[in-house]
Amino acid sequence: MAEFKLPANSVVQDGKSFSAPANAKNTRKFQIYRYDPDSGDNPRTDTFELDLDACGPMVLDALIKIKNEIDATLTFRRSCREGICGSCAMNIDGRNTLACLKPIEDIDGDVKIYPLPHMPVVKDLVPDLSQPYAQLASIEPWLKADSPTPPDGERLQSREERAKLDGLWECILCFSCSTACPSYWWNSDRYLGPAVLLQAYRWLADSRDEYTGERLDALEDPFRLYRCHTIMNCTNTCPKGLNPALAITEIKKMIAERGA
Amino acid sequence: MKMQSDLGRVRGLGSAKSGSSHWWAQRVTAAANLPLGLWFIYSILAGHTASFDAVHAWLSSYFHATMMILLVISVAWHFVLGLQVVIEDYVHNRKAEIASLLLIRALTAFMSVAAIISVLRIVFAGA
Repeated sequence: MAEFKLPANSVVQDGKSFSAPANAKNTRKFQIYRYDPDSGDNPRTDTFELDLDACGPMVLDALIKIKNEIDATLTFRRSCREGICGSCAMNIDGRNTLACLKPIEDIDGDVKIYPLPHMPVVKDLVPDLSQPYAQLASIEPWLKADSPTPPDGERLQSREERAKLDGLWECILCFSCSTACPSYWWNSDRYLGPAVLLQAYRWLADSRDEYTGERLDALEDPFRLYRCHTIMNCTNTCPKGLNPALAITEIKKMIAERGA
Repeated sequence: MKMQSDLGRVRGLGSAKSGSSHWWAQRVTAAANLPLGLWFIYSILAGHTASFDAVHAWLSSYFHATMMILLVISVAWHFVLGLQVVIEDYVHNRKAEIASLLLIRALTAFMSVAAIISVLRIVFAGA
């Protein structure tokens, strides 16, 4: 059966607590998931109270402030701090999003921060994403064509053909959607998940690609594609405002169309 | 110990190249269930199931018997397809999964054939 309870050594315990400086007026508590595989201890939630008047506006600013000033062992991924690299995807206030795009003031009460759900945890807020990365590689996310490139230039696309890629190319592969999907939680070993299926559709929708049939063959599978039950958590959670559920439906429609 | 690469594991046995007919049949039976279900609800409200004699008279009609058999087939088919998805989603023990898939098919086949024979008996034997 699917697992609905955490194994005993994964149950989250209460951790350390750090108070804000005494003169701080505008404080907020951050409850952050901590896990260190080397210690052998259960995961815990540490509570950090911050002076928001001395902190940037986004959740990522708070994480960086904690790492700089309170606990240098706090581990998380970040790079661009402006929503284009996808590194700082995590579960904030019960929703998968990018820490760099999530304003602290949008959150009521304590700010609860966990790693992306249902992934193996490397340390603290760093999930192991090797499986979704391998799944991305498996759909061969690059242009495949037998016609040679025109000798005098690039492969051309009309404005209408190019417009079909809008809402697809913007994906930054943060995997907030895949790790928000219950179907991906239960069957990630065989279901590709919304992020990878959106990428698959990005190449199915590309007028320059000549391997549409082969791509559809590889996707037509009860688990790879059809484990999507249109739950829509993916679309709900996408920090870039994209619609993976619609992309998956378009793939299903393409397969239905060639069968009819 | 498993030392297979992530990509090798993800590619696995390859695509089953099936699943679209299941997906399509689920939608077609869902669409069929709508008019058939409305007909069934209307028949109950109209009192056709109020007593044994009323049911008997109702299902003696070729039209209503046809509708009832179509309802049984469509609902049973939709039920099997839907429950199959639930089992595949949640039952991860391969033996238990196959056993439950066979069991729901056998039970549904038995119940729907029994229902169809009952309707046919009313239509043709008049008993």
